[in-house]
Amino acid sequence: MTEAQIYDTLSNIFKDVFARNDIVLRAETSAKDVDGWDSLKQIEILVAVQERCKVKLRTKEIDSLKTVGDLAGLIAQKLAAA
Amino acid sequence: MKLTELYWLPEVSDWSQRLEIGADSVLATWEKAVSLANSRLDFIRTNALDTRIQKLVGPGVIKELTTKPIRLAILGSCTTTHLHSAIRVAGCRRGIWIDTYEVGYGQYLQELLDSNSGLHKFKPNAVLFAFDAHHLAQGLEIATDKQQSDSIFEEVCSKITQCWSLARDAFSCPIIQQSVLNTLPPVLGNNEHRLAGSKHAFISRLNVALRSAADENGVDVLALDAVAARDGLNAWHDKPLWHRSKQEINPAAAPMYGDLVARLLAAKQGLSYKCLVLDLDNTLWGGVIGDDGLEGIELGQGSPLGESFAALQAYAKELSQRGVILAVCSKNDEANAVEPFEKHPEMVLRREDISCFRANWNDKAENIRAIAFEIGIGLDAMVFLDDNPFERALIRRELPMVAVPEVPDEPALFIDCLADAGYFESLALTGEDWQRKEKYRDNQAREKFRGTVTDMKSYLAGLEMKLIWRRFDKVGLARIVQLINKTNQFNLTTRRYSEEDVLGMIAANDVVGLQCRLVDRFGDNGIIAIIIGRLQGSDLSLDTWLMSCRVLGRQVEQTTLKLIVDQARSVGATRLIGEFIPTKKNGMVANHYQSLGFSVLETQANGRSKYSLDLNAYAAPTTFVELIEDAADDRSTNLRHSVQHI
Repeated sequence: MTEAQIYDTLSNIFKDVFARNDIVLRAETSAKDVDGWDSLKQIEILVAVQERCKVKLRTKEIDSLKTVGDLAGLIAQKLAAA
Repeated sequence: MKLTELYWLPEVSDWSQRLEIGADSVLATWEKAVSLANSRLDFIRTNALDTRIQKLVGPGVIKELTTKPIRLAILGSCTTTHLHSAIRVAGCRRGIWIDTYEVGYGQYLQELLDSNSGLHKFKPNAVLFAFDAHHLAQGLEIATDKQQSDSIFEEVCSKITQCWSLARDAFSCPIIQQSVLNTLPPVLGNNEHRLAGSKHAFISRLNVALRSAADENGVDVLALDAVAARDGLNAWHDKPLWHRSKQEINPAAAPMYGDLVARLLAAKQGLSYKCLVLDLDNTLWGGVIGDDGLEGIELGQGSPLGESFAALQAYAKELSQRGVILAVCSKNDEANAVEPFEKHPEMVLRREDISCFRANWNDKAENIRAIAFEIGIGLDAMVFLDDNPFERALIRRELPMVAVPEVPDEPALFIDCLADAGYFESLALTGEDWQRKEKYRDNQAREKFRGTVTDMKSYLAGLEMKLIWRRFDKVGLARIVQLINKTNQFNLTTRRYSEEDVLGMIAANDVVGLQCRLVDRFGDNGIIAIIIGRLQGSDLSLDTWLMSCRVLGRQVEQTTLKLIVDQARSVGATRLIGEFIPTKKNGMVANHYQSLGFSVLETQANGRSKYSLDLNAYAAPTTFVELIEDAADDRSTNLRHSVQHI
């Protein structure tokens, strides 16, 4: 998956998780930028990423995520290693 | 193929557009939602659909629906918030509006007890208890001994049943108890059950006890443990997630969890599917009957594919025996389509198993409509099984209310697909096995008959009993071995023999093995007696004599002895030797040989005794049981049928 494809997948996930079409994901986007992004939604996003990208994220890796860019980078790294 | 992916539902191609439902009336919106809910949605799409429905319809109910709206309270011990939307969408899949309520985290007992709680205000008409393994096994420690462990077990069981009665008293509504997902690791290993303090073993034991307790208390079980075993625990439970959010059930598995809940709620309303409509070519057998002919189709023993089809037929037959109606819908000339049912030796399904048979060249939607009309059930109670994607798509388009499983491209997996989809979820044994029903009916008739005759003699005479016997043979092997190994009460020696042993007896010429079936005017009692005699010089020594207790007091023992004497004489014996070996369970036959006129040969201190009967002095008594030798190989089946029709 290219970076663009990863963002595309993430944006579909966000669309489904928040049931909204107007979320634009940028590298610096974080929870405070998206209305309703609480801990429950956070888990939905992470589980959806693992299901749809077929990657497994470790607890430590999840805890270090701060932005969408971090998440996209982690996915890219996982996919490259697979 | 994973259950958690709801693999029997078709994929949705234009998801984003189709989610934009709702310009129309509430009912039209709902119908679009139902159709979308009947496609393969992962958990976030499920959530998105639910959000959409709630926004357009809720709160409240849709008055136009003919199904009963459900107010489901979930009483869990850990996080269940992520399951609500999946439950509501699964309800929508079956046309049921579901409102859900969740008790505060860990507050299930408090809310049950407090009549001012949110739970009581919600006024549920269905309650689901969902306890996690950690919560239930918390009192246990590795050093807990057997006695403590047992008392903790009793305590947990009674707490659960107490919850049920509290809920029942407060809401008088159906109660569902989720079986426990055993997420706790074993400490010993394979023989975990030997460790009294094992939490893992505790939960395994609890899952067994829950079932019987549920049955006693009229509670329905949501068999999460059994269903999770299909995909494996890891598909349902994610340890890192458990520690992060206390979600015992992985959100990815939520759609399947919701479906399990909705199946039970639908079954409770009588909304389970009732009829399985079967295609024929490449669904019930391999190949095309019109082209390949009776000899050319693949079915039954000898080919892996043939066996797969036979297995599917056997499953369909089991479904029909417990009350699911079977129908056939096939593009074929009717004569060709019927032929295998009547003539193919490997067909498990017979023409009489099919309630409605439609084989013609009309389109299948038209035929399925006609089948529904003829049987007199709604189209929304029908499941259509067809290997052909074209026909499946056609029915989905023309008759969206018919369930059409997206079967895998492998006939061996059709059975799993039908079972996994849970179409025919049934809560009670109302559609009881017809054989059991028939036996039951026979017994009732016998009892009724006993009531109408005044004395035992005319009762026995009127029963028209026939003891149909044959030597041991391979046809009866399985039943013979089964009886030898499970009969405890009417069993003189309780000697157990394996299949190989019995095969040895069939081959030996100094062994007389007899199997006897009892048939009377009310039906067939099946094989009820097994005798093994060993010829030793001029003695026939009765190694085994066992009978079914059901037929006692009907002169069957005396008649069986007549048969044994005949057989003994035919192999040249002049004396019968009987033997009694006492066990804890066979006290009822301690005087068996004496009451039949044998004399005591020897009695040992341990109660073992031997008896003899001089054949020259034996005079056969008159009984009301006719002895018949069953010579032909398939006679017993024919006889069974003819008797049932009397």
